[in-house]
Amino acid sequence: MGRSPTTKDDAQALFQSLRSAYAATPTNLKIIDLYVVFAVFTAVIQVVYMAVVGSFPFNSFLSGVLSCVGTAVLAVCLRIQVNKENKEFKDLPPERAFADFVLCNLVLHLVIMNFLG
Amino acid sequence: MRLIEQKWSGNCLLVSITKPSTSRIELETSPPSSPAIKFAMARKLGFTFLLLAVASICEAAAIFNPISESHKSAAIELFSPADGSFSSLEEAFEALRTFEILGIDTKPDLKDSTCKSVVDILSSESSNSKDLYHALRVSSLLKCKINKEALTGVTSRLQGSVKDAKSLLDFYYSIGGLTLIKDQTSEVDVLLDDADGIFQSIKALSQSDGRWRYSSNNPDSSTYAAGVALETLSGIITLTSSELDGNLIEALKKDVVKLFENIDKYDDGANFFNDQHQGPVSATSSVVHGLTTFASASGTLNIPGDKILGLARFFLGIGIHGNSKDLYHQVDALACLDQNRALVPLILSLPASVLSFTSQDKLKVRVTTVLGSTSTTPPLSVKLMQVFTSGSKDASIINQELRFDPKEEVHTLDAFPAGVDVGKYIFAFEIVLSDPEHKKIYATGGRTKVPVYVTGAIKIDNAKIEILESDSVESQNKLDLSGKNDVALSANHLQKLRLSFQLTTPLQNPFNPHQALLKLRHESGVEHIFVVGNSREHFKITLDFLGLVEKLFYLSGKYDIELTVGDAAMENSFSQAHGHIDLDLPEVPEKATRPPPQAVDPYSRFGPMPEISHIFRPQETRPSQQLSYAFLGLVFVPFLAFLVGLSRLGANMKNFPTSTAPATFAILFHGGIAAVLVLYILLWLKLDLFTTLKTLGVLGMFLLFVGHRALSHLASTSSKV
Repeated sequence: MGRSPTTKDDAQALFQSLRSAYAATPTNLKIIDLYVVFAVFTAVIQVVYMAVVGSFPFNSFLSGVLSCVGTAVLAVCLRIQVNKENKEFKDLPPERAFADFVLCNLVLHLVIMNFLG
Repeated sequence: MRLIEQKWSGNCLLVSITKPSTSRIELETSPPSSPAIKFAMARKLGFTFLLLAVASICEAAAIFNPISESHKSAAIELFSPADGSFSSLEEAFEALRTFEILGIDTKPDLKDSTCKSVVDILSSESSNSKDLYHALRVSSLLKCKINKEALTGVTSRLQGSVKDAKSLLDFYYSIGGLTLIKDQTSEVDVLLDDADGIFQSIKALSQSDGRWRYSSNNPDSSTYAAGVALETLSGIITLTSSELDGNLIEALKKDVVKLFENIDKYDDGANFFNDQHQGPVSATSSVVHGLTTFASASGTLNIPGDKILGLARFFLGIGIHGNSKDLYHQVDALACLDQNRALVPLILSLPASVLSFTSQDKLKVRVTTVLGSTSTTPPLSVKLMQVFTSGSKDASIINQELRFDPKEEVHTLDAFPAGVDVGKYIFAFEIVLSDPEHKKIYATGGRTKVPVYVTGAIKIDNAKIEILESDSVESQNKLDLSGKNDVALSANHLQKLRLSFQLTTPLQNPFNPHQALLKLRHESGVEHIFVVGNSREHFKITLDFLGLVEKLFYLSGKYDIELTVGDAAMENSFSQAHGHIDLDLPEVPEKATRPPPQAVDPYSRFGPMPEISHIFRPQETRPSQQLSYAFLGLVFVPFLAFLVGLSRLGANMKNFPTSTAPATFAILFHGGIAAVLVLYILLWLKLDLFTTLKTLGVLGMFLLFVGHRALSHLASTSSKV
């Protein structure tokens, strides 16, 4: 399927609308998003390193990547709970959500550190 | 199979065959009744059949050589006192008596020191009859100077102890001592008063089978005691002034005859007496000593000559003992037999029992007394009566008298009897005394069977090795089996190998050796041994390789050919290589048996063991340090991007509490999280999980508290807004 000027314009229009919609997002959610992106990119760099060098020592690789992925997942969970748009977490204060996030991270990293070798 | 070892050992032929364990003997083209089958069976029994056959010849006919130089050297070695003097007079007597019989000189200083202890014992009041007896015995050999007073005192003490004697040995020592005094001096009166009474009290200890008891309260009877009693009773006969009661002596003679009825016998004609407590050597020696003493005291005895000869054979047949006591008993008994008044055994011996056809050896026979003396033998002639071929009972009767050579004192057989060829024979000789009256004095023992081995060079003819293809000769090589050959043959599995030769003795008789073996040895060391079968003088083996491929393990290649023809009587036995054959055998099928592993050199087990190499996991390939550092830097890029993003988004710390108490809790909360993370790094670097969890518990409680305070403060402020 060839690219026509119309589809290019459509795509540009789509990105424009996405950016304008995202600009309305509260700053604390943007910080969390940025944190998730940071974690995912760190994981990607480790995967690339593994692809270049080899999987030895495999447990260290796994703990590094899982640490990043786990953190990202927990951050996403935090974002869901903190988002005011989500009605089901309306009664949950964001401080409580942050406390959960910290606790889960501490438990996750205990396991990660133990597995690191 | 290594070369057959031939050894002429003493009078017996020993053939020992050494065989590596992996050798295999296969029978090929031999009719079931051929000697090859017999040979293979014998091989299975570890050649015991063959050795037993040889051993049985040795037993049936053995040569008894008279006392030799080796007895002398053994006596010098066994009896020489370690510190210059004998430990006891009994030992001194045994040594001196053995030396005297064998003609060995005693050192004068040894004589002096021994005589000194003899005089000490004889003049001592406390010495008992046993000590006195041994002292007098030594003195009789050394002719020690003992004054008359001492001898008179000893005599009266011995006569006293004869009267008090209870046991046989008491009588023996006292009467023996008195006899010795009588032999040494005529100045002292040693005669016994009540000879008949003493004789009867000793005779009362005799048993119905001719043996004796040591004392009346000891029920055990002994052959050794019988000898002691005979000697004691002979002593009494010599110590009486008047004649003893004739009936007593006749009864004693009957006892001797009964004793000889219970004599033990070996297969080779040797006779001996056994005893429960003493060994057969000392028991037999004791009887011989007693018997000869009794014979010299009382005259002729009615004992069969072959038994006396059997006793002589026993003492000559036991060889040389490593025990001084046994050597003394052996030599003493032989000396008693050498000159006695009962019967003197004459020993027929052969200087050499192995005679060579090649060097025209002559059979020589020597007739001596047991001690090897020819001066006391009576005029006699030796006749060869029969010749037995080994393994068969047939004998040719010859009755040929041997020529006597007075200078060398040997009887020589000038020419072998007709029919004596290379092989093993048993010659039966008979000693014929010139004066028939001498038969009462000398024991010749009838026919003496002696094993004789005749060796010679065996002629090998018509030796050839052929390769056959469907019974037509493909190639033929003549072999010179006595010389060197280097044939080079080649054959495939459809062909046959045939080896044939003829063996004839110097008298043109067919010769059948112990071993006629063909060995094929493959390059890899696998050996195959085949027995060469024979029909009379013609030896032939045909190897059909088609039937042998399995046995040869389908191993193609070069095989060394080795032929062994060996026999104890064959002077030119050989075992040598005659070249090689290249075999072209079919491919190995799947299920074929593998060749057995080759025997390891036995000496290699003492060599160094094979080195053990440990296998470690190979080192993982590590990336270059630059690459790792580059990626370490790369990991920080998203973090930097995160920080930049934060600043772009306008993140701030406005919500951080400003009042003292909430700020402290907030700082403590963050410090607590940092502490937990530091703890995790410590877990990674050095701590174990248990210490970490304990510390984490404490930190967790603290964190829970401060976290709750800090976050609830935040929550309260946010809800106010």
